Amino acid sequence: MAEEKKPLKVTIDNITIEVEQGTTILNAARRIGGDVAPPAMCYYSKLKNSGGKCRTCLVEVEAGSTVDPRPMPKLVASCRTNVMDGMIVKNITSEKVIDARNGVVEFLLINHPLDCPICDQAGECDLQNLSYDHGKEGTRYEFNRRTFEKYDLGPFIQLHMTRCIMCFRCVYTADQLTEKRVHGILDRGDHVEIATYIQKSLDHDFIGNVIDVCPVGALTDKTFRFKNRVWFLNPVDAHRDCPKCKGKATLWYRGDEVFRVTARKDQWGEVEDWICNECRFETKKTSDWIIEGPTKIDRHSVIAQGHYVGVQKPQEVLYDVLGGRKPKLLMNIHNVSEVNEPGRDLSKIEGPAHSTDFENE
Amino acid sequence: MDGVEGIRYYDVYRREGGYRSVEKALKTMSPDQVTEEVKKSGLRGRGGAGFPTGMKWSFIAKPDGVPRHLVCNADESEPGTFKDRYLMEFIPHLLIEGLIVSSYALGSNVTYIYIRGEYAWIIDILESAIEEARNAGWLGRNIQGSGFDCEIYVHRGAGAYICGEETALIESLEGKRGNPRIKPPFPAVKGAWERPTVVNNVETIAAVVPILNIGGEEYAKIGIGKSTGTKLISSCGNINKPGVYEIDMTISVEEFIYSGEYCGGIPNGKRLKACIPGGSSVPILPANLLLKTAKGDTRMMTYESLADGGFPKGSMMGSGGFIVLDEDQCIVRHTFTLARFYRHESCGQCSPCREGTGWMEKILYNIENGKGKSNDIDLLWDIQRKIEGNTICPLGDAAAWPVAAAIRHFRDEFEWHVQNPQECVKRNFGLGHYAEPLQTATA
Ligand SMILES: Cc1cc2nc3c(=O)[nH]c(=O)nc-3n(C[C@H](O)[C@H](O)[C@H](O)COP(=O)(O)O)c2cc1C
Ligand code: SF4
Ligand code: SF4
Ligand code: FES
Repeated sequence: MAEEKKPLKVTIDNITIEVEQGTTILNAARRIGGDVAPPAMCYYSKLKNSGGKCRTCLVEVEAGSTVDPRPMPKLVASCRTNVMDGMIVKNITSEKVIDARNGVVEFLLINHPLDCPICDQAGECDLQNLSYDHGKEGTRYEFNRRTFEKYDLGPFIQLHMTRCIMCFRCVYTADQLTEKRVHGILDRGDHVEIATYIQKSLDHDFIGNVIDVCPVGALTDKTFRFKNRVWFLNPVDAHRDCPKCKGKATLWYRGDEVFRVTARKDQWGEVEDWICNECRFETKKTSDWIIEGPTKIDRHSVIAQGHYVGVQKPQEVLYDVLGGRKPKLLMNIHNVSEVNEPGRDLSKIEGPAHSTDFENE
Repeated sequence: MDGVEGIRYYDVYRREGGYRSVEKALKTMSPDQVTEEVKKSGLRGRGGAGFPTGMKWSFIAKPDGVPRHLVCNADESEPGTFKDRYLMEFIPHLLIEGLIVSSYALGSNVTYIYIRGEYAWIIDILESAIEEARNAGWLGRNIQGSGFDCEIYVHRGAGAYICGEETALIESLEGKRGNPRIKPPFPAVKGAWERPTVVNNVETIAAVVPILNIGGEEYAKIGIGKSTGTKLISSCGNINKPGVYEIDMTISVEEFIYSGEYCGGIPNGKRLKACIPGGSSVPILPANLLLKTAKGDTRMMTYESLADGGFPKGSMMGSGGFIVLDEDQCIVRHTFTLARFYRHESCGQCSPCREGTGWMEKILYNIENGKGKSNDIDLLWDIQRKIEGNTICPLGDAAAWPVAAAIRHFRDEFEWHVQNPQECVKRNFGLGHYAEPLQTATA
């Protein structure tokens, strides 16, 4: 037994850490964090059996283990491959990985509608982020893209299959959170689709979570559709006494109005605690909730732009950086425009700032 | 044995010496001894990958109190492959006999034959043969007083090539959608219903019968090197005598194509252009690399010789689906046909295969129909390269290899299509790559 508990050493992109037995390469890499963590479009740590499908998390195993140091012949899905003691893995330090990953991103995009300008997921879409990091600016695909009819999965959820990347997360969510899954995968190959058998509605207390797990805008919240862009909203953590779920959620405000409620997500974009439909779709008054404070948003996310609350005035470091040399400024634009006036609370401005916002006051 | 009239029926089969191997195994051997015999025979899986069967059997996990299963893969859907069909159709008892012995070796009391749905009439043949075997006491409880129980069930697939992949087959057998599983765990540890499972091809199982009858060592003496025993080859395409042939793996590819005993040469005096020696998934070989290897040796009908030269200059034995193309055949059209098949059969689970197969098909359609662009060939090459090795199951590779090999060996033909869009729509043959039979061929 003591033998089994022994931690394993693994080296990923030249960084060595120790992890417990049974840890996947992906989770070990997430422990290191930053760019070392491969992107994951289908794996979801809270969903059993998820992963292995999208192939964005492929990594190169340069040495299998101390006992058997042979390299693995193919790239492996890091989300479904367990760490062995002495394993050496290359993620962003491997050209093969980058090449394959660029290929996967291209494959994911050839049939994607790229309708981000009208997609509710824009701004919090894993595919957008992934393409930003690994995509090409042009496409080599010169054919019609696959399209499907949109349709409603009950009163709260809309399915826009055209945007789906077949990550299977929503299927596992329904399988593992609800008693009777009524949607799944029909057909196969590039004509495969997520659907219910005969236009059934998804109506289970926890089914709304499929919206949160969907990495793209294929499953959207009908109570929020087209109401706002996520980057104009200010996310705020809040909780309530809920008889069905833990009642821990994020409220998305614009001004005083709650536009939507979602589950809270961790730094990898995964739901922390599943929330019930009542909290998500039917509890949108501030008075229903106990507010905890602003949600921590990764500053690389566009959502962070609407989130100036609590921001400190930056130190004046330019002078220091230039090693004491005073920068020579020819146009005194700071003083003229007053836009950068430190005293102004930008979070008070609703939506994108315009010059008129600065006129009076 | 297939020459004997009525061999399909139990009485004739038994009279001709059938079920001797079951008697031998159950009465005189332990399960491990049977496995040992198969190991000695050097038998390699006949389903495509050529993995040593005895070794595969010895990998099966044996946790206490957990049942194990043997599943026979009769899904046979690879274009060009139709050998299992004849075996099951004409000598069903050979398969059943092999299954009983193999089940004994593996400790499988419930054994399945997963058969492709389109083989509807063969299901009836197998089921009546199973019934005959049961009535004669070869199946059921306490077979021949040995204490070993075994039942065989025929499970019908629903027409998906992917269900021939062993883990998709297991999913389908469990009543689920036939999506390949992510490995590990391997079936030998967690297969059907999470129980240790071995999946073997029909021909592999049938080969166990002669191995037990003549002994593993004797069996290993047939053939060359690591290609032991006999192999069924289903040959088709531009040959005089398409059909299923049993070969001992000592003849050359040239003999196989031109000898009157096998394919009987190419009809209408046409010349050989290319051949896919092991079912649609393996790389196509142009005539010059088919009859002789890159090193100049005679290419033999063995696992090693067909693979000689690796992918750039060789191919694979695969499933033994031997497809011959004469000088009139268009490689682009042919590659397009295969690409269409793989696109249709991809299960759609993983992105490179789901999206890549469709993309390749569309580009090939364009090239074939005079709408190709000059950079399409490089694009195709790049797409297949990004599918290969990056998918969950080997179907992705199987879709990529034919495209890769066609471009590698017949790039000029692709270029000709792109450069002569009008011409290429009108005529459907290539650029006259061909080879005369070598002088050694026995007519
Ligand atoms: C897409 C795909 C289709 C396959 N189809 C078949 C098939 O129809 N019959 C078969 O015996 N093996 C098929 N195989 C190979 C099986 O996965 C497996 O390797 C084989 O059944 C093992 O048997 P063997 O060791 O006796 O060769 C297929 C593999 C793939 C990837
Ligand atoms: S609908 Fe969304 S969650 Fe479901 S498979 Fe498609 S992309 Fe994944
Ligand atoms: S390679 Fe193709 S057939 Fe195999 S799992 Fe992936 S999508 Fe399915
Ligand atoms: S996250 Fe690993 S394959 Fe999708």
